[in-house]
Amino acid sequence: MIETIAEIELAVGEKIVVKRNRILPQNKEDETKRIAIVSGIHGDELEGQYVCYEVARRLTEHPELLHGIVDIYPALNPLGLESAKRSVPKLEMDMNRMFPGNKNGNMMERIAASIVDSIAGADVCVDVHASDTEVREIPQVRVSEEFADKMLPYAKLMNVDMIWMNATATVHEATLAHSMNVLGVPTLVVEMGLGMRINTKYGNQVTEGIFNLMKELGIWSGKVKQTQFPVISTDGEVEFIRADHTGVFLPSIEHNHYVHRGDLIGRVVNTYTGQIKQEIIAKKDGLVFTLREYPMVYEGALLARILTDIESSERGN
Amino acid sequence: MKGEIDVIIKDIYTMKAPFREEMIVKGYSFGKGDKAACILGPVRGNEVQQLYICSQLVRALKELEANSCISSGKEILVIPVINNYSMNVGKRFWGEDNSDINRMFPGNKDGDTTARIADGIFEEIKDYSYGIQFTSFYMSGEFVPHVRMMETGFQNASLANLFGLPYVLVRKPMPIDTKTLNYNWQGEMTAAFSIYTNQTAQIDEVSARQAVAAVLRFLTRMGVIRYESHSGYISHVIAEGDLSNVPAATGGIFRSLVKVGEDVRYGMALAEIVDPYEGSVKQVITAPTDGIVFFSYTEPLIGQYDIAYQLIHRLHE
Ligand SMILES: [Zn+2]
Repeated sequence: MIETIAEIELAVGEKIVVKRNRILPQNKEDETKRIAIVSGIHGDELEGQYVCYEVARRLTEHPELLHGIVDIYPALNPLGLESAKRSVPKLEMDMNRMFPGNKNGNMMERIAASIVDSIAGADVCVDVHASDTEVREIPQVRVSEEFADKMLPYAKLMNVDMIWMNATATVHEATLAHSMNVLGVPTLVVEMGLGMRINTKYGNQVTEGIFNLMKELGIWSGKVKQTQFPVISTDGEVEFIRADHTGVFLPSIEHNHYVHRGDLIGRVVNTYTGQIKQEIIAKKDGLVFTLREYPMVYEGALLARILTDIESSERGN
Repeated sequence: MKGEIDVIIKDIYTMKAPFREEMIVKGYSFGKGDKAACILGPVRGNEVQQLYICSQLVRALKELEANSCISSGKEILVIPVINNYSMNVGKRFWGEDNSDINRMFPGNKDGDTTARIADGIFEEIKDYSYGIQFTSFYMSGEFVPHVRMMETGFQNASLANLFGLPYVLVRKPMPIDTKTLNYNWQGEMTAAFSIYTNQTAQIDEVSARQAVAAVLRFLTRMGVIRYESHSGYISHVIAEGDLSNVPAATGGIFRSLVKVGEDVRYGMALAEIVDPYEGSVKQVITAPTDGIVFFSYTEPLIGQYDIAYQLIHRLHE
């Protein structure tokens, strides 16, 4: 059943409405366990739309295999999603810097508080993000060191390629994940793909992970398959490659490939003169798990991230 | 001796772009000696009033230097604008990735483009004794001119009184504030002040003159310049948490009935919210307390729970 979590009146003839679909098990006694799948905090990240669809579709197809409550929230920032904006329109603030919110505050603070309230009490929460529109990412779970002991066992079930510990951007105190973890709801931040796009291969992979997790929690009794066993990183093993020059970035490799020291990753070029301004060469062997998609670069722009100190044979691709 | 002198203009930070002219952050240096005061203009692209004020300060300081009114052994640096790039494309935040440079401090010389800009600027300004920034609030609206500072433990509200503006507001930092310039400046033991006038995207001559006078008054009182200034106001120090927020109970067209700085009494009508379809008054917003209007929302459209006003409780003597 579709339920309204928060609704607040906008200026002209419309309300901002945040909803969830609560999918109940056939057997009432199974209603003791609950998982929340949330997405769309960032309006330019659409990968989670497919995951929400696919989870709902599979559950509806086999309701007899469901033994817990599944709450699906595809659109926590509905105005952003429908304006192709990462932030909350008009406010221009990142919704994932507003948690845990305030139930007596302004519009978005109240919405954030209602979301936290509605997820509270769940056994686990999965917050599905995509990358931004600039770089492409492999399916990964990001975990802050603070909650690592508790989160790692769950994260390993998620069928992702990688678990990135302490990725600074996602461990911010005002994120939904941090607020839920503080309240005792283990919350996994999934990151994959590219902003404004849907990669169904990645979406299916993460969906398998969610069913795998649900099976472990006793919420799902259907068949599951885990095909990916994640590499676990810490920040020390992640090498950031940034542009030293401005220009247009042309990658020389495919995303999600293993490179060897000395391999060419790409070039920053001058489109007036045909000159190469920078050749980006891998300094270590590793997996290119982040690769720039948006070609315009200023100095400092992120071009690639390489996960080093892993064996290529560990990888399936 | 009176006469024109050549102001020292230095490049504080430069960044090449693929197609646009190089971004050059210019600093105007007055006087020679200890790094006494640094004055900083817009970090965001819509802060036109802030730009105007800084340009007027450069003009005034040029004149003072020509008249040998900068104290010997003191140097003043004015950076009229950091983010001219966003100004020229009509964007509030960084054009390419929409990041807010005022959330990137202290910066990182090996980080993202905007982290590098923040680092380049911070390195040049962090050793000044007094740091004065003209900035704006995330909500659009008008303020009573005031000096704002973060409660970091190093803040000095009695120094802030010397600007002679009506109010000094002390804000308890939220996690999101720890990346602002004001917060990081204080961490470097610079006495840091953010000055808010009533406007941002529009120029208001009266409050711009008031702001220029306030800075010159402060610099005079600190012995950095010699200038005949009026004594200004005796500032009231207020904690942000003591302001009463007056939200709109409903969405619609906002018709304000009071101005910032106005004295209001409990129960008095502050604004009407007009039904955007039928033209009738949907709600009259009344004052929850006797007080002074510190902040007023100024957009013509308002949503439910948007903060329409912030009031300072009247101090009954
Ligand atoms: Zn996101």
